[in-house]
Amino acid sequence: MSKQEYTITVYTENQVGLLNRIAIIFSRRKINIESLNTSPSEIDSVHRFTIVINETEDVVRKLCRQIEKQVEVLKAYYNTNEEIVWQELAMYKVPTDIIAEKVKVERLLREYGARAVAIRKDYTVFETSGHREEIDGLIKALEPYGLIEFVRSARVAIIKTSHGFHEKLKEFEYREPSEEVIENEYLNDNEKIFSM
Amino acid sequence: MELVAGKKTKQKQKELLNISGSEAVLKAMIAEKVDTIFGYPGGAIMPIYDALYDYNDKLKHILVRHEQGAIHAAQGYARTSGKVGVVFATSGPGATNLVTGLADAMIDSTAVVCITGQVYAHLLGTDAFQETDVINITTPITKWNYQVTDATEIPSVLAKAFYIAKSGRPGPVVIDITKNAQLQKFDYAGYEKSDHIRSYRPKPIVRKEYIEEAAKLINAAEKPFVIFGQGVILGKAEKEFKKFIEKAGIPAAWTILGMSAIPTNHPLAVGMLGMHGNYGPNVLTNECDVLIAVGMRFDDRVTGRLDKYAKQAKVIHLDIDPAEIDKNVKTTVPVWGDCKETLPMLTELIVQKVYPQWLQRFRDFQKKEEETCIIPELNPTDETLTMGEVIKLLNELTKGDAVIVTDVGQHQMVACRYAKFNQTKSNITSGGLGTMGFALPASIGAKFGAPDRTVVAIIGDGGFQMTIQELGTIMQSKVEVKLIILNNQFLGMVRQWQQLFHDKRYSFVDITSPDFIMVAKGYYIDGCRVSKREDLKNSLKEMLDHKGSYLLEVMVGKENNVFPMVPQGCSVAEIRLK
Repeated sequence: MSKQEYTITVYTENQVGLLNRIAIIFSRRKINIESLNTSPSEIDSVHRFTIVINETEDVVRKLCRQIEKQVEVLKAYYNTNEEIVWQELAMYKVPTDIIAEKVKVERLLREYGARAVAIRKDYTVFETSGHREEIDGLIKALEPYGLIEFVRSARVAIIKTSHGFHEKLKEFEYREPSEEVIENEYLNDNEKIFSM
Repeated sequence: MELVAGKKTKQKQKELLNISGSEAVLKAMIAEKVDTIFGYPGGAIMPIYDALYDYNDKLKHILVRHEQGAIHAAQGYARTSGKVGVVFATSGPGATNLVTGLADAMIDSTAVVCITGQVYAHLLGTDAFQETDVINITTPITKWNYQVTDATEIPSVLAKAFYIAKSGRPGPVVIDITKNAQLQKFDYAGYEKSDHIRSYRPKPIVRKEYIEEAAKLINAAEKPFVIFGQGVILGKAEKEFKKFIEKAGIPAAWTILGMSAIPTNHPLAVGMLGMHGNYGPNVLTNECDVLIAVGMRFDDRVTGRLDKYAKQAKVIHLDIDPAEIDKNVKTTVPVWGDCKETLPMLTELIVQKVYPQWLQRFRDFQKKEEETCIIPELNPTDETLTMGEVIKLLNELTKGDAVIVTDVGQHQMVACRYAKFNQTKSNITSGGLGTMGFALPASIGAKFGAPDRTVVAIIGDGGFQMTIQELGTIMQSKVEVKLIILNNQFLGMVRQWQQLFHDKRYSFVDITSPDFIMVAKGYYIDGCRVSKREDLKNSLKEMLDHKGSYLLEVMVGKENNVFPMVPQGCSVAEIRLK
């Protein structure tokens, strides 16, 4: 079995420390996480992790079972790139004067579907979203024109055949609403707290 | 009358008690029917210990000498009683001292709840005195962990902790409680046990079609073989398992932790699997046509080289943990579920059968093993004592009714190879993690978990020195455990490997010991040392008859080896008899 890119989608409770619990399942096996994103899901209170790794299917299946074993995990899926619709977002900071001067840059940005999100006297920030190759293509193209800063987000992905699970999740949350997360509310009140 | 009483309790429930977080912890213990707590006080858990002062009549607290001792004792308690073991420890070093035991309980699926004190919530992350990040240190070695910073969380979090620890595949849980939460007063509405967490499925749903498929395979088999692990004991499915193998007529071998789930003298019992297991079960794993694994996880010490493991066989795997299916060995039929449910379903569908010729194959191999390994070990002809003959005499004297707790190393393998057991939950040892120093504290807990049984700990001279301080716990708690040191004046198992695989280059395995009997005397524990065969039986008898704890040190042969042995990286069929 050969390695390929898999996107793992994990539905979880919103719980302090869960990110670590999930991350160490990978690091324990010395598997590099290519990208990791946590976000709310379509259901209030249910969180969603999107993790990208390069592995064989056998390993990914085992990883998903280990993830599902965690008390606060509802479900873990793994998908190949064909089974998902996915996007990454990137931002590029380039000197404004160069863009203003060179028509070629403007054409380039248009070609890649980039949008300007901030324009200052000294620099301009563009944003683009798409697959990894598209984003990387623009970095290469911009490099000669003095790319000052670049950042790419983790992958977010929608599973093409997720309808069934969505219905289950809705019913699940309806039957048993989640509990509120308790965070450390004392952290900023140290003067008010008595200590020995 | 009844009505009035009912009304009264209802009214009581409405009245909210104003209690501290610490008291809520202890109320949870009582509601969970905890009778024994193993622990050690310290700064960050003082409020709980302060509350414990008033609960002294309801909760027995055993003061250990080191937190590692507390958790191993809790493990021993959990393993003999089938209940949840409970540990109290303080923050920082108190909590980090639990780490080895947590890892041990995690890999051996032992239900333990550890309550650790933590610094005040506002001090978290400030490198305060005795602050460590206990949650993150223990995340990979706990089934679940949680930090409480507010007392109102305590009842529900502890209910979850006990439920998670004992349900499904059991495991250790750490609850880290900040000192402010222990001190905080709150309106306590009572304790409600948990039997459900929405994101947690302790038992997978049993799929009937797989059971039918498994039954079909079993019914068509000519050389079926059952291998079973601790899952049978943890699932309290000993009876169901026995019925299953008896109807199916299939020979059954155990993993080290599955041992004692059926009596060792059962007509279908064929011995122990694995590196130092029996000859027949290892060789015939690679000959059977259907391999039925029940509540075991195909550890590498059981399977040897995986790509040469039971390749000819169709594999049926019964396990409560879906992550175990196909983890190491590809299964033909996965039977997810609690074996207490799945075994009777399977038994119902199988045909009553016997396999006299196939069973005879195991007996033939056993004969060979007896000639080369067992007889020389149990009935040696030269002067030096062997570990095996100690176990043989112990079997005779206890008639197989004792709980045997072993440490890790040669003595462990010999004890597990030769000990006889009549009843379940009798073989307590550190299987997965191989924790030297486990047995002495675990035997203390084992006795508290099974107070009516004789508990014998068998320990090597190396392992004994790892947790020797727990003799103090025995002294103070007056618990009655029988300690046997099998002293070969070496770290025997490592020495054996150095002899066999490293050209006898004995690198740092020559360990000297104190006068163990004198040390025990210092703790007011009686004992004696034996080195002659003619004294052995009587001293064992004296140890067992002695009122109170007793230490027997047996001087055994220095360079004896444990055989058979599946060398690392070899197939189970390549097991060596010498």
